[in-house]
Amino acid sequence: MTPAGSTATTVRRDVIYLRQVLAIAGKDLRSEVRSKETVNASLSFAVVILLLFSFAFDPSAETVREISGGLLWLVFAFAGALVLNRSFARELTNDCLDSLIASPTSGGQLFLGKCIANFVLLITVEIVCVPVFGIFYNVAWTKQVGWLAIVFALGTWALTVIGTMFSALTVNLRLRELMLPILVYPMMIPAIMGAIQLTTVLMTGAPPTPADMIWVRLLVGFDIIFTILGLGLVETVLIG
Amino acid sequence: MREKLIYLFSAVAMALLVWDLYRIFMMLPDEANQGAIYRIIYFHVPAAITSMVGFFVAMVASALYLISKNLRFDSVAAAVTEVSVVFAAVNLVTGSIWGRIIWGIWWTWDARLTSMLVCWLLYAGYLMLRRAIDEPTQRARLSAVLSIFAFVDVIIVWKSIEWWRTQHPGPVLSIRNGGGMAPGMESPLWWNLLAMALVAASLVLLRMRQEGIRRELDAMRRHAHAI
Repeated sequence: MTPAGSTATTVRRDVIYLRQVLAIAGKDLRSEVRSKETVNASLSFAVVILLLFSFAFDPSAETVREISGGLLWLVFAFAGALVLNRSFARELTNDCLDSLIASPTSGGQLFLGKCIANFVLLITVEIVCVPVFGIFYNVAWTKQVGWLAIVFALGTWALTVIGTMFSALTVNLRLRELMLPILVYPMMIPAIMGAIQLTTVLMTGAPPTPADMIWVRLLVGFDIIFTILGLGLVETVLIG
Repeated sequence: MREKLIYLFSAVAMALLVWDLYRIFMMLPDEANQGAIYRIIYFHVPAAITSMVGFFVAMVASALYLISKNLRFDSVAAAVTEVSVVFAAVNLVTGSIWGRIIWGIWWTWDARLTSMLVCWLLYAGYLMLRRAIDEPTQRARLSAVLSIFAFVDVIIVWKSIEWWRTQHPGPVLSIRNGGGMAPGMESPLWWNLLAMALVAASLVLLRMRQEGIRRELDAMRRHAHAI
């Protein structure tokens, strides 16, 4: 085969791969749009936690500015667990998971597709939460929107990759709802820590200093390492 | 053979520990700035190294299990992780005691301490996950994946004192270019590391024997069900 021909085949294979990934993501999002079961629960849970935080400390401008990143990411992590918990568990009814595994899509595609769907759902929750947070706690969050978007995207992808992987890992366990948070939260800590530090800085309206860049690097590294690990190991987790 | 190794390791470890304790408490002088409490480093650092090496071995054994599907590797991973979690706990507790004397606080949330606590929690989660699954091959498969994931944090713990400016002291050992210890003070640390490693090895061998017996029992039970 000529080099040009082989390149064309590779490209076509990549396109098919991506199309199948998007089919999985589309399926998850469509069923979510129709049932709205997890996003609604996740959103109202997020608002409830935001409300509870106001009792935990004195919600004055000074305190809030110091801990805004922590507040937001705790809300995202808790609300996110609701979405992630259901990600593979919803496939258990009618043996959907077995059919998905038996379908021509590979484990990696299933994992990527689910990650993309969960990412979209989590970002939706976050986009609603941040303005609500801004209003409740008088935080002017709009000054660094560009950087915030980058940090949220990186942080959320970290949550999603870990969460989706462990959702697959715990799907057949007796104590699924218990095991998922026990495993996922410690695993996420490096990424959450970075996201919290950066968000707190950005919420004050200042751009990140060069010293903050270590957290950006940490987030990027975390995302890359765990995406690769997830893609490599998900097949083992699902099929064995 | 394994029986003899367990006895051998424990005997050597015991002799070494007695000798090390004598050296550490009777022969070494107090440290200029810290006084007597610095001696905790002879337990704190070897326990940390033992647990980290253990987590590395567990990660390798887990990967080997996933490649070969041989349950023997799974029992290595399980045994090593269990023992390493204990040594990680020793590391955390001794560190906390040292912190109380030197810093005046039991705990501070700096990168080293936090990542080590996270590490301990992750592997405690690994042990919990093993409890939650009854089917041996499923247990081996899922816990192997978790062990590989969790190892990323071990690297963060190891490197944290270089990546961040931590309240935890930076590298002091000569192999990490720390050079913070007088040679006479550093050598007992390595001997104590050998002693702790031998204690860990004998515990691991003991635990592996239990796992082996458990595998046999499982097989017998299945056989009985089949009949």
